[in-house]
Amino acid sequence: MNGNTAAFGHDFLPIGAGRHIPLAEIVPWAIFGTVVALILLYFVSTEQGALAFFHGTYVHEYVHDGRHLLGFPCH
Amino acid sequence: MMRMLLWRGMLAGLVGAFVAATFALLFAEPNIEAAIALEAHSAMHAAAGHEEIVSRGVQKTWGLYTALGLYGTALGGMLAILFAAMYGRVARCGPRSLALLLALAAFVIVVLVPGLKYPPTPPAVGLHDTLRLRTAAYFAMLALSIASATAALWSYHRLGARYSGPDRLMMAAGLYVALVALGQLLLPVIDEVTAEFPASLLWQFRLTSIGTQAVFWLVSGDLFGRTVERLIRDQAVQRARG
Repeated sequence: MNGNTAAFGHDFLPIGAGRHIPLAEIVPWAIFGTVVALILLYFVSTEQGALAFFHGTYVHEYVHDGRHLLGFPCH
Repeated sequence: MMRMLLWRGMLAGLVGAFVAATFALLFAEPNIEAAIALEAHSAMHAAAGHEEIVSRGVQKTWGLYTALGLYGTALGGMLAILFAAMYGRVARCGPRSLALLLALAAFVIVVLVPGLKYPPTPPAVGLHDTLRLRTAAYFAMLALSIASATAALWSYHRLGARYSGPDRLMMAAGLYVALVALGQLLLPVIDEVTAEFPASLLWQFRLTSIGTQAVFWLVSGDLFGRTVERLIRDQAVQRARG
């Protein structure tokens, strides 16, 4: 990057020259990743709150502070 | 390529979460402690006989870092997937710019806008009986914000041929604001902050809560952009060499 480069410029990259990742390569990762992410987020945000797969309140109590700070409705 | 992007996204999210959790431990935890102290003083909760399953020491350290770590890794992965889908296709900008723009957009769409309607609440605020309603309303608000942003992005591209860049930006942003405002008008009003709860503590809690998430998105987005820029540059150099 020299002094003539614009703030959002990237001199090494031919932007829009057909260098995007094919959708066929993205889709399996996207589906699997979304499913796993939603399960993780469910346990951080909601388990043993409004919904509960497990009895007790251990999960709720363990992630308690994070749940409050991330803005999810807690108790 | 996708595999390498996903690795970087999840790692950037994990590191961002670690930094955000440390920020939270230093700046937000004192507010949570103060709110819990108030809760303990109130006669209503004392009568309920709240027994401690996880100690405060574990909650504010291991629990906090675990919760944010899972959240960060999951959302870092989603950031990588969105980046892969948009880079060079929807977004005509460099990798670092796109990563930072996506992180900023995520902060506005996932944190700030849902927070306008349903701001984060400290312990001791919120009725147990309304938890299901509050959870449903919160996730509806989140879904509405994401759907509206998708519609705005789609309209931005559809308007491409007829209007100039700034006009399209204004129209797309206007569409997002209009959809969100309409939704926020229709969603139920939830206000369970009691008159006794100190206003300054509520303000401090919300400020540090939103600050924690701002730190997360800033660190994750920047780290992801830096590592991906290097990855793409190395690949471009390899291609040039044949």
